[in-house]
Amino acid sequence: MTRKIVIDPVTRVEGHGKVTIHLDDEGEVLQSRFHIVEFRGFERFVQGRPYWEAPVLVQRLCGICPVSHHLAGAKAMDVVVGAGTGDGLTATAEKIRRLMHYGQVFQSHSLHFFHLASPDLLFGYDSAPETRNVIGVALANRELATQAVMMRKYGQEVIAATAGKKIHGTGAIPGGVNKSLSTAERDALLQGPAPLNADQMVAWSQGALEFFKDYYRKNKDFIDNFSRFSSNHLSLVRKDGGLDLYHGVLRAVDSEGRRILDDADPQDYLQYLGEEVKSWSYMKFPFLLAVGQENGWYRVGPLARLNVADFIPTPLAQREFEAFKAATGGQPNDMCMHTHWARLIEILHAAEMMRDLLQDPDITGSRLIVKGKRQAEGVGIIEAPRGTLIHHFRVGEDDLIQMANLIVSTTHNNEPMNRAVGCVARKMLAKTKEITEGMLNAIEVAIRAYDPCLSCATHAYGQMPLEVSLFDSSGRLLSQRRKNSRF
Amino acid sequence: MASFVRFTLDGRACLAEEGAQLVAAAKECGVYIPTLCNYPGIPPKGACRICTVLVNGIPQTACTTKVVEDMAVVTRTPELEEFRKAVVEILFAEGNHLCPSCERSGNCELQALAYRYRVTVPHFPYLFPKRDVEAWHPKLVKDHNRCIQCKRCIRGIHNAEGKAIFAFGKRGDKVVINIDPETSKNISDELAQRAMDICPVGAILRKGKGFDTPIGRRKYDHQPIGSEVQA
Repeated sequence: MTRKIVIDPVTRVEGHGKVTIHLDDEGEVLQSRFHIVEFRGFERFVQGRPYWEAPVLVQRLCGICPVSHHLAGAKAMDVVVGAGTGDGLTATAEKIRRLMHYGQVFQSHSLHFFHLASPDLLFGYDSAPETRNVIGVALANRELATQAVMMRKYGQEVIAATAGKKIHGTGAIPGGVNKSLSTAERDALLQGPAPLNADQMVAWSQGALEFFKDYYRKNKDFIDNFSRFSSNHLSLVRKDGGLDLYHGVLRAVDSEGRRILDDADPQDYLQYLGEEVKSWSYMKFPFLLAVGQENGWYRVGPLARLNVADFIPTPLAQREFEAFKAATGGQPNDMCMHTHWARLIEILHAAEMMRDLLQDPDITGSRLIVKGKRQAEGVGIIEAPRGTLIHHFRVGEDDLIQMANLIVSTTHNNEPMNRAVGCVARKMLAKTKEITEGMLNAIEVAIRAYDPCLSCATHAYGQMPLEVSLFDSSGRLLSQRRKNSRF
Repeated sequence: MASFVRFTLDGRACLAEEGAQLVAAAKECGVYIPTLCNYPGIPPKGACRICTVLVNGIPQTACTTKVVEDMAVVTRTPELEEFRKAVVEILFAEGNHLCPSCERSGNCELQALAYRYRVTVPHFPYLFPKRDVEAWHPKLVKDHNRCIQCKRCIRGIHNAEGKAIFAFGKRGDKVVINIDPETSKNISDELAQRAMDICPVGAILRKGKGFDTPIGRRKYDHQPIGSEVQA
């Protein structure tokens, strides 16, 4: 007699998803699926639009990381207007874009860690939802909560200064940018009114890392073993192997650290990546062609990036990177909850990068645009906060877009999220007919570690509508538990 | 020497040059009458009706009305304001105006009027018409989704021989404004730019240029449309 557990919906705003877990006669998990049941259709309705609209249009995919879509679209269109495949922009344009991107990574990672993860860490994922939320964090740790708000604000101010506004700006255009920083804008970000300055952001990033490491020392078993499974890892890296979130070459490693893909030109991504379609989800399942459909799935995001990169090119983050690598003896890290550690190291890296860029004289330069020989196609790949983001456009001679292919970070992480749910289910749901609040939360925590883009709902922690129903094979309801949402 | 006529504007005594267009005369007197199809330097058409005012108690389009002696003009009543708002709403409902991805956002007169008249929720059913983007021309794109058929381009953009480079096509509710393949041959970059600039919305675009003006430096980023005349 098999049983089926359905969690529906898992989320609300950006994504509507559900989880189903099938149990066999013995109560063991047969199969777990994380279904994405919404359809957005951006690849279709960008067709027929002038190519220069793409960076502005496609960013409407998301209100959390629109900058990543904006920049990936602009990078693809750089190729189309003949501005090269990543190294052809003026120094000012590239640095303004980098600053915009690191501002985005900084604010998005801060949002995720402080608003989402820290309630789990401060109170435990099976504690009462009344306190396990950002308000609870503010009451329990006022300083941490204040830093969370200020760090997000700083990242958003960087985005506003470079893109024109905090959400859905227009700063990146094909071949460059439409503005650089004025000296007043630069100074306001570099030495702005306390605490909103570049040095303070670096210091707070270090503090957040210490907070996590302290928690890790006290909860090593949970952090090391919760939803742990090995995988391949994919990321952009700089040509020399350094971490680079804006531009680079594609590299993939397996669970032993062996390189499956190295020094791969983003323009050739179709030679290396395939996408599988499954009937039960609107989200595709990407895989490495060299490994095949069965075992070619991979992780992307902070954990994957630190597994793939050889070093981090800023000194403070590099020191933390070395400690992170030492934890696994230099081998790829497959511990799901270490994603938070990796994310915090990236926050520190982003803070250092922003400080360096703001001190660079090119950031106030006036050469903003370059154009060359028009091309028919372009690919833009960027490391978004949640992982590798691919935009691919083909443009007709009439300047209208003919084809778009977007592979977003959450899509890359589709199979890993399915595995993560399975991991938790096997450990916590098997051989039970009762569903507890803690079990629901554990599934959320496993999904949330990947910070999926459809986790807008989970960004309001404790408000995520969840319903788990446990049926036997005759359809008899064995157990049901629901978490209500305000929305 | 120009002769002047006396008239009243919302009850206030004003002077205007004889034969002056009412929209321009009101502007001289510090009164804003909204316009869309009207454009300085080209013959008025009275097509969009948003400039409707009461002239001696009778609704008339201010862009096609000349000021005459003793004319009593009322530019603002609740009914007129509601009518203007409806004109804006109907134009939005009739076409496909997607401001978030339109490069004229911030420089668009229709959008600016929607802000001025506080168009926040639709009162008319959106038609979502299926329209084309005309992109065969080497320098121009004509996006029919956004065209409000104000005819500014037909009236105001002419080639070196004085011939209009935009023209009507089709009829009735299918009518469109097309780029004329013959008269638009070999137009200069300057004329292409003027064509884009004369369009009150984002229906005429220059190829290869877009979003060049950063947010914060666009025409209506800081001041509502018409505020230079009247708040």
